This record gives sequence, structure tokens and C-alpha cells, in this order.
Amino acid sequence: MKVFSKLCLAVTPLVLLVACASTQEKAATPEQPSTEQRTAPAAQPEATPTPAPDHRLHGSPLEDPNSPLSKRTIYFDFDKADIKPEFRPILQAHAEYLSANPSVKIVLEGNTDERGTREYNMGLGERRAKAVKSFLTLQGVRDSQLQTVSYGEERPVSMCSAEECWSLNRRVEIVYR
Amino acid sequence: MRHRIAAVAFFVCMLASMDAAAILTIVITQGVKGALPIAIVPFGCDTASTQPPENVSGVITADLQRSGRFAPLADRDMISRPREASQINYGDWRKLGVDHLVIGRVCPAGDGYEVRFQLFDVLRQVQLTGLTYRTDRNRLRRTAHEIADVIYETLLGEPGAFATRIAYVTEVTDATGARKYSLEVADSDGYNPRPVLVSAQPLMSPAWAPDGNRLAYVSFESGTPAVYVQDVNAGSRQLVSHSPGLNGAPAWSPDGKKLALVLSKDGSPNIYVLDLGSRGLQQITRTLAIDTEPTWAPDGKSIVFTSDRGSKPQVYRITLATGETQRLTFDGDYNARPTMSPNGKYLALVNNSGRGFNIAVMDLATGAMQVLTESGRDESPSFAPNGSMIIYATKEGTRGLLSVVSVDGRVRQRLVLEGGQAREPAWSPYLK
Repeated sequence: MKVFSKLCLAVTPLVLLVACASTQEKAATPEQPSTEQRTAPAAQPEATPTPAPDHRLHGSPLEDPNSPLSKRTIYFDFDKADIKPEFRPILQAHAEYLSANPSVKIVLEGNTDERGTREYNMGLGERRAKAVKSFLTLQGVRDSQLQTVSYGEERPVSMCSAEECWSLNRRVEIVYR
Repeated sequence: MRHRIAAVAFFVCMLASMDAAAILTIVITQGVKGALPIAIVPFGCDTASTQPPENVSGVITADLQRSGRFAPLADRDMISRPREASQINYGDWRKLGVDHLVIGRVCPAGDGYEVRFQLFDVLRQVQLTGLTYRTDRNRLRRTAHEIADVIYETLLGEPGAFATRIAYVTEVTDATGARKYSLEVADSDGYNPRPVLVSAQPLMSPAWAPDGNRLAYVSFESGTPAVYVQDVNAGSRQLVSHSPGLNGAPAWSPDGKKLALVLSKDGSPNIYVLDLGSRGLQQITRTLAIDTEPTWAPDGKSIVFTSDRGSKPQVYRITLATGETQRLTFDGDYNARPTMSPNGKYLALVNNSGRGFNIAVMDLATGAMQVLTESGRDESPSFAPNGSMIIYATKEGTRGLLSVVSVDGRVRQRLVLEGGQAREPAWSPYLK
């Protein structure tokens, strides 16, 4: 037990380090206030339904579920990074919005399915994110509005080992800041 | 809040330390022709009333079996169970077709134990070696692995790799659906895992420094991939690469002074070498393709890597002094994730020749490739430091597992670690 206690003492600062680093993440943590906590019982103005701090997004086409801008995921064929024709209108819509709002920035997150090796898939995910970025810049969006990141196969949305899951993982997610 | 996190972390860590179960499933894929028949008689102690906390002879037996070079006799087939040399009836063992016999005992001594073993040649009826160890209860498994190494080396003339470690990544999804990633270090058989880093974001590509004290790895904790080097014992770490784009696939040079890395800061993923002392960066490959997954030759003069410059991933070698590059793989339309054997003569890699992704070994002198596994879902091979076994990641259903295959493909042993998914294993160097 002594050896493990020493190890625990060594590991705890690390977990602290990571716990602190991870609170800077955009992912929700248990400490993030929910609407229930923000709304007190009596005379409080109605809490906004989403915690989004960016006032520019209120009432904007980005929140319209009927607009093509609500589609934020572009899918790809196996081992390919080219934009399929069916996704061009969606990207066109995002390009128009971004051109009209040059202070708005997005991150393009590239992903792959699980097949193949992990670090190679980091490259493939990046290739996909960059393909979307190229398309958007060709449509007039400024380079400075577009950031890319690859998660390779590390962030699947669907876990089975069959085409119905793989096809959902081969994607670029458009994330508005 | 920080105090609470620290207290919870400490508690969780203590819990994790106590739960060290790993279940081994041995799959013998071919006959054990060529494997040495050996009997390891259960160790006991005539003067002790209680059993020691570890089954030392059981650990030795599992180690020797996993190497693929030995065929240990099952306990139930043993006619007699000698504990002393004087109790050995060599005829019994000849009858069972056993060429070598191991006997021993584990007796309480002071706060700990005295472990003694003797290895006999059944045909010549002589002792080949015998050693006595003083150890404590926490190091009984380590002592068993050291004994397995001595037996292995005495009979095969090359060092064993049982008293070594493995590093790997686990992923657990909790009840809320949140994922937790952990970089773990365990004994080479999967026992005694402990976390060296825990994160809410993915971790990848652990790589042992040649001195066995540091691990390089990729972490997404900042939101984008970055490479860190961490001291496994002290826990301290440094960020070594966080350029825009990819920072990945760290691989230590044989002298431990440099890291080969994959960076895409100049437009596409290419291989660079970072000098850890001077922080000088040298670009090695310069293509628009994906060049990734570097592994060093033991003389430090060339790097073998994956590239899709020929449209699909294949394995190439680049000579560092000249930049001359040569394609190495021609079997199958996908060959990637090469890892060099310690003697520089073989590569283990991931191959797809139409039956999914499997582990293959390639002889660098002849170019001949042998596919060792068959699940179609295998990746991340890593050689044991004696080159005799390969640990790799595989899947069953949605569950990630680690498996060890002997380099001749004869024996495959699955390590099932309780809870969560395990992947990306890296076998440590010999521990000093």
C-alpha cells in the first residue's frame, strides 16, 4: 500500500493540473450554472433559454431551424476529402453568412471513421477540415474567420463498426464561436 | 473547489490502486511445435500457514506461455510436486515429455518473503540455475517476472522481457455520457495499472524514452493536439510542441536526445526532428501528402514512416543524411504505422490486404511479410525490448482490448483490463 500511496500523491497534482486546464474547455462541466440555478423562485427576469453569451447570435439566421445554416455537419466518403455536391448549398449558405459578417469566426473540426491507423487519420481529418476551409475561402470568406482542427478518429459520434456508424463519423463539424 | 477536486482525485486514485485486476485469455493459434516443454511446479512453503498474496509460479507460467517459446505443463497433469531437489523423480517428468523442470518456494521472511527457484534439465538430471530473492509483498509479481526472465534467458540464450512495463490509453464513458481518458502504465502482463495522466480530452500515441523514465504523448487538453514529455516517476512534464495544425506521433531517437514528430504547420503533415536539448527543429520530409508515424532505425541514421504520397498509405524509409527515400511495402493496398524491432531487422506494421486491418511483420532484408493476426481490427503494434513479442490493440464489438502475439505468430494472449477501453499500447525498454 505504501508504494501506491506515494504514487497517488504524485498523481494528484497532475489530476489537479488537468482538472484546471480542462475547466478552460468549451465542454460543459458540472460547475457550469444551469438555467435552474440561475432562476431564483420569485421576482427574477426570465432566464434566457441558452447560456450563449454572444448577443450577435440572438434572432439571427444561425438560430433559424429552417435555414441551411442550421446544418453544421458535412459528411465524406471513405478515405476521401472532397466536398460532395449535396453539401455545396449548405456551405454556400455559411459562406454568404460569414462574408456578410466578417467579425464572425468558425472552427472546422475534421474527423474520420475508425478504420486505418490513428495518426494517419489525424492527417485525413485535417485534410477534410482544410477542404471545407478552401471551399469557403473560394466563396469569399476571409482566412482569418476560419480555423481548422483535426480530431482524427478520436471523437466519434457513433460507436458501431459498420457503415451506418462509420458514415456518421466521417465528417467536418462547423462550430460557430 | 480545488481542494475538493484534489480530495476526490486522491480518493479515486487510491481506489484505482486497489483494483488491479487484469484477466488473461490465452489463445493458442497453432500447435506448440517447437515450443519447449517445461513444467513449473506450484511454489509453496512447508513452514507457512497462509498463502502469499501472489501466485508466483502462476505468473512465471503465464509469462513463459505468452512468449510462444514454451509449452508449460498444466498443474493437473503433474504426477508429483517436488519442492526440493531431493524430491525430484526425473522419470516422472520424462514420462510427461517435459525437458525442463522448475521448482521453488515462497516463504515468509521478516516483513516480506524469500522466494527461491531452481531450474533443472530433466534429461541430463542437472540443475542449470537457481536463485534466491528477498522481496516484500508489493514486489512479489515483479520477482516472478524476474525469475521468468532468468529461465527464458538460460534456456534460449537471449534476454527475457517479462520484468518490463507497458503504457496505454484508456477511455471510460460515465453515466452522463462524458468521456474520461487516461494514460496508464502497468506491468507487461497488464497487472498493477496506474494512471500517469487523466484528462477529459483525448490522449494518443504514448512513446517510451530509451531510458524507460519518460513518456512522450499527444494530448488534446488545450483544444488542439500538442506533444508533451512526462517523467513517469516524478510526474513532472513539459510541453514540447504546440505549433498550429497537427503535433503528433512522437518517436524517440535511439540516443534519447531527439523526438521525431509530425507537424502540419508548413501546409501538410510532414516529419520533423526536434532536438530536445537545443529545441532546434529539422524538417525531414517535404511532400504535400500525409507523412506520419515515424519510427527510428537503431543506428539513428534513418526513419521509417507512413506516407500516402503514392495515393494510399504505404511504408517508406528515409536516410537522414541524404534525404533519399525508398518505398518498403508492396503487399496489400494499405500499410501503415510501422514500428522497428529492437535489432533493426524487422518492422511490425498494420496491413490491409483485403481482410481488414491486421498486424504483420516484415523482414527488412528480404521484404517478406507475414500477417500475424486476423481480427481485421488490429492496430498500434509495439515490440517487447527483446523483439520476441508484439503488443497491439484490437477490438471486440465496441470494446477496445490489448493483445500480445509472439513474433512468429504462434501464441496470442489477450489482456482484458477491467472497465473501459484500452488502446495504443507501448512496450517499455528494459527497466534499469
